[in-house]
Amino acid sequence: MKPAPFAFLRPSTLEEALAALAGEQGAKVLAGGQSLVPLLSMRLAAPSMLIDINALPDLGHVRVAEDGVRVGALARHAEVLASAEAAQAQPLLGMALSHVAHPTIRNRGTTVGSIVHADAAAEMPMVLRLLEGSVDVVSVRGRRTIPAAELFAGPLESTLAHDEIAVEAFFPGLAPGAGVAFQEIARRHGDYALVGVAAHVETDGEAVTRARVGFVSVSDVPVVVDVTAAVQDPGGDPAATALAELDPAEDIHATAAYRTHLVKVLAPRVLAAATDHARSRAGEAIRP
Amino acid sequence: MTTKMFGAKVARVEDQRFLRGQGRYVDDLLTDDPRLLHSAVLRSPHAHARIVDIDVSDVLDVEGVVAVWTWDDLTGPMAEPLPLLIPHPSLTHGRTQYALAKDEVNYVGEAIAFVVAVDRYVAEDAVARIRVDYEFLKPVVGIAAARAAATAVHDDVPDNVGARMEQENGDARAAIATAPHTLTLDLDVERSACTPMEGRGTVARWDPDTSRLTVWSSTQTSTGVRGCVAAKLGLDLAKVDVVTPDVGGGFGVKINHPWPEELLVPLAAMTLGRPVKFTEDRREHFISSAHERAQQHHVEVGFDDDGRLLGLNVEFWHDHGAYTPYGLIVPIITSTQLLGPYKPANYRVVFESLYTNTVIVTPYRGAGRPQGCFVMERTMDAIAAYLGKDRTEVRATNFIQPDEFPYEHGLVFQDGRELTYDSGDYPASLVKLKELVGWDEFEDFRAEMAAQGRKVGIGLACYVEGTGVGPYEGAHVHVETSGKVKVATGLTTQGQGHQTAFAQIVADTLGVRFEDVEITTGDTRKMPYAVGTFASRAAVMSGSAIHLAALRAKEKALRIAAEALEASEDDLEIADGVVTVRGTDASIDLGTVAVLSNPLRYAFDEASKAATQFSVGDPGKPPVAEDDEPGLEGKDFYSPPRSTFANGMHAVIVETDPDTAEIKILKYAVVHDCGNLINPMIVEGQIHGGVAQGVGGALYERMAYDESGQLLNASFMDFLMPYATEVPTRIDIDHLETPSPLNPLGIKGAGEAGVIPSAAVFAAAIEDAEGFPIMSMPISPSELFDLRLAHADEPHPTEATPGI
Repeated sequence: MKPAPFAFLRPSTLEEALAALAGEQGAKVLAGGQSLVPLLSMRLAAPSMLIDINALPDLGHVRVAEDGVRVGALARHAEVLASAEAAQAQPLLGMALSHVAHPTIRNRGTTVGSIVHADAAAEMPMVLRLLEGSVDVVSVRGRRTIPAAELFAGPLESTLAHDEIAVEAFFPGLAPGAGVAFQEIARRHGDYALVGVAAHVETDGEAVTRARVGFVSVSDVPVVVDVTAAVQDPGGDPAATALAELDPAEDIHATAAYRTHLVKVLAPRVLAAATDHARSRAGEAIRP
Repeated sequence: MTTKMFGAKVARVEDQRFLRGQGRYVDDLLTDDPRLLHSAVLRSPHAHARIVDIDVSDVLDVEGVVAVWTWDDLTGPMAEPLPLLIPHPSLTHGRTQYALAKDEVNYVGEAIAFVVAVDRYVAEDAVARIRVDYEFLKPVVGIAAARAAATAVHDDVPDNVGARMEQENGDARAAIATAPHTLTLDLDVERSACTPMEGRGTVARWDPDTSRLTVWSSTQTSTGVRGCVAAKLGLDLAKVDVVTPDVGGGFGVKINHPWPEELLVPLAAMTLGRPVKFTEDRREHFISSAHERAQQHHVEVGFDDDGRLLGLNVEFWHDHGAYTPYGLIVPIITSTQLLGPYKPANYRVVFESLYTNTVIVTPYRGAGRPQGCFVMERTMDAIAAYLGKDRTEVRATNFIQPDEFPYEHGLVFQDGRELTYDSGDYPASLVKLKELVGWDEFEDFRAEMAAQGRKVGIGLACYVEGTGVGPYEGAHVHVETSGKVKVATGLTTQGQGHQTAFAQIVADTLGVRFEDVEITTGDTRKMPYAVGTFASRAAVMSGSAIHLAALRAKEKALRIAAEALEASEDDLEIADGVVTVRGTDASIDLGTVAVLSNPLRYAFDEASKAATQFSVGDPGKPPVAEDDEPGLEGKDFYSPPRSTFANGMHAVIVETDPDTAEIKILKYAVVHDCGNLINPMIVEGQIHGGVAQGVGGALYERMAYDESGQLLNASFMDFLMPYATEVPTRIDIDHLETPSPLNPLGIKGAGEAGVIPSAAVFAAAIEDAEGFPIMSMPISPSELFDLRLAHADEPHPTEATPGI
C-alpha cells in the first residue's frame, strides 16, 4: 500500500500549477487527497506527477453573495459545513455535507475536489446538479464555466480537460418559495450511501410549480430527474418517474431490488420534506 | 492495612501510554537504525494456479533492492512446508503452505516471493516487476463448492475433506426417532476476521559477533515463534530471543505461527547481516492473514412437551480455507461448546473440515463458539416457537442445575481433556438477565411501539465458554533491594491490561504497593517457558502462576524477616512492602529483606554495602545456606487439570424499520459469570469490546469472495467493521461470580465472552420482530428486505407466534 514513484510539485502560483499541468500528460492535481491518495496507495492510479495545489493563494473561500454560494478549490467540506451564511443561502449544502464521510475526512477533503472526482456515489456532485450550479475551471488556455448539467461525462469522469484545474464551484441560493431536503441510507454512518436522495421543490402558494429529485448511488453518473408532472398529478408516482431514468445496480452491500425499493421509500419522503420546507420558508418570508 | 486490590475497579495504568500515542509497536522499532531494511511480499493474484515459472530478473535492477527470495532459494527446513501446529488423529489430510509457494498457489494472497529493499516503497516497486507464469486451476470457493468437490483444492485430498470427526454421548438418532416432537434446521454462518488495528509485523536483527538472533514480532506467542524460528533456521534455541512489544490487538489471528514473514525476516537478517522489517498493510491482512466463522449446520432435534432435549444430532461443514496450520481447534470447539448450558439426554455431532481456495481459517475471538451458540440457540428458539412456549422457559428446562457440577458431557474438548464443566449457576443468570433486559415487560413495549407503527423484537442467547486451557504458564517474581517488584510471565499482551490486573494480584498476594509492581510479558529472555495469550487464558493461567510465584517470594520474605526480627513467621504480616510483627512496632522493609537475602562481595551502593558478607549472617556457616538461593525471588508454574468454564447470557431489543429494513439496537443486556473478578472494569471493557465485535459479525462484516476467489472487500471501506455509531451506546452488564474450583484465585477467562452470543441473539431478536425464521448470519438490511419479500404471503408474524 505504497504509491508507485511520482514527481511532486507544490507550486505557489496558479500560473505555475497550470503550466506544469499542461506540460505533463500524466500529472494529477492533489487537493484534499481523500480519494486520490488511497488510489495511489493501492496502486490503482500511478500518475507521473502530483501537482499539489494546497499552497496556492486565494482558493480557500466560502463566499456567500445574493445569488448563491461560491466555494473555492481549497475550501474543505468542514469549512463549507461550518458556514452559517452558506447554510442560510442554500440549506441543502449543510444537509448533504453532514453525510459526507466523517469529520476527519471532511477536515481535509475539498468540496470542489469531490465534485470533479465525479463519483456518482458521492453527495456533492449530485447536489451541484440538483441546484443547477456550475464549476469554474482554468487552464493555460483561459477560464470557463461548466454548468453542472454538462460536468459529468461518465463514471468517475468529468468533462474537465486534462490541463484544467477546477477553482470554484457555484451553488445557487435557495429562492423564496423553494425548499430542499436530503436523506440517505448507508450501511454505516458516514459510508457511501446505498441510496441517497435530495429534492428541490418550488412552490407558489399551495401549488408545487417545479419538483426535481437528485440521486446518489443508483446510477453511474449523478442523476437529477424532473418529477414536476408526477407531483402535480394526484395519482402520480414520482419514484416511478425517477426510476425510469435510474439504473440501480447490485454490489456487495445491496441488491438492485433493494436499492430500487429504497428509491421508492425515500423519494416521496424527501419530496414531502422539501415541499414542507418550501412552504415553511414561504411562510417565513411573508411574516412581518 | 492496604486496600484489597483483587476485585477492585482499578483504572488501567497502561492507557495513559496508549492513548497518548506512546505505545511501542513492532513498526516503531529500529526506526533510527540506518542499516534497517524493509520488505514486501509478492502475493498470488489467483486463487488456484500452478506456478510454471517465476522470473525475478527485472527486480535486482531496481535501485535500492537488496535481495529477493523465491522457494527455489530456500534450503533445509525452510524449504519444507510450515508446521502443522496442532495435529489431531481425525485430521487425516492436513496440509500447510510453504513460506514461499512451491509449484502451486491455493488462495489469493499466498506468499510467492520476498523482496528486501532500502524502504517499503522500493520493495513494492520491485514486487510489481516479478513475472510469474501461472497455469490456472478451477478455484473452490465456499462450503457448497467444497462439498460438491467438482474440483480438488489439493490433488491428494479426496473430496476436499481435511478431517471428519464424530463424537457421541448416548444414542442421539435413536432418541430422536422415538421423541414426541422433532425439528430439523439448516443454519449458516459466514466468514469474518479478527482485523486488529495493528496487522502482523516482524523485525529481526542478527548479531554476527555473538551469533545471536533477536526477533520482535507482533504475536500472541513469543515462545512459539522462538521455537519455530530456531527449528526452521537451524539455530540453537539459546541463540534466539523473541520479544513481543506492544501489540495493537490480536483477537486470535496472531496465535497462528510462524507466518511466512516470521521466518523470512530472520532469514533475511541473517543472510544480509542487516536488520530487516516486515510490516503488513491492511490489504495484505485481509488476503493473507486468517479468517474464521464460515460453517453450515444441519440439526435434527427430538424433544418432549416441555421442550426437553431428548436427542440432538448436529452435522456441520467447516470451511478451513486453503491450509490447516492450526489443526481442528475451531471445529472441535464448535462441536463441543455448541452444548452451552444445556444437557441434551443424547448428543451426536459430526463435522467435516473442508478445503477451499480462500484464506486460511484459524481461531478468531470466540473460536468456533459463536457458530455453536448460534446453532444451539436457534434450535432452542425453534422448539419454543413450535411448542408455543416462552423462549426462556424452554432454556430453563434444559439447564444444567447448580448442584450438578462438576458436570460431565461425555465428550472430549479441544485440549484433549474431558468436557467437564467446573461451576456455574445458569438459572440465577437467567433470572438476572430477564430482569436486566425487561423480558417480562417486553410485550407491553412491543404493543406501545406497534401503536406508533414501529416494529421491535427481543432475543436472548446463552453460552458456556471453556477458558484457561493448559498446558501451563509460569511466572517469576523478584523483589529488588529498592522494594520494587519485577514480575515476568511468558505469555504476551495485546491490550488486555495485564500490567494492571497482574499487579493487582501481586499487590494482594505479596503485600506490596500496586505502583511498585512491574509486569513483563512476552519476552523469552525473561521467561523462556510459556504458551501464549489465546482461549481467554491469560488471567487464569498467568494470573494463577503469578499468584503462586508471589506466594513463594512471600514465604521466603517471611522466613528471612522472622530471623531478622527475631519473631515467629506466624506473627508476621506484610502490607505496603513492610513486614511487621503483628501488634508491635517491629518491622522491616521488603527491600531490606531483599538485601539480606543476597550476601554480596562488593559494596557498590548503600544497599549492597549492607549486604556484604562481612555484615550479615553467621560467619560459621556458608553465606548461602545449602538448600537456599540468593535473592528474594519466587518462581512457579500453574498447570490446570482441565479448562474452566465461564458462562453468560445476552439479550437484545432491536427495531427493524418497516420501510427500509434497517436494523437498530435499542437495548443490549449482558449477564456474565467468569468466576471471581480481578478487575471488574477490565472485564466490562472486554465485554464492551466483544459486543462491539459481535455487532460487526452479526450485522455488518463478511468476507465477500467472488466465484474466482477474489476478495471483493479487502479494505475498511468495504469490509464494514462497525464504527462507534453502529455499536450500542450503552450495554447493561450484571455479574454473577461463581468461583472456579480449579485454580487458587477462583477465576475464569473473560476475553472472548462478549462476542460469542452475538449472531444468536441478533438472529433471535430480528426473528421476533419480523415473524419469520432467521437461519443465516450475518444479516444486512438488503437481506432482510429479501426475506420480507420471500415471506410476504405468510400470515402476520406477531399474531401467529404464541408467547414470546
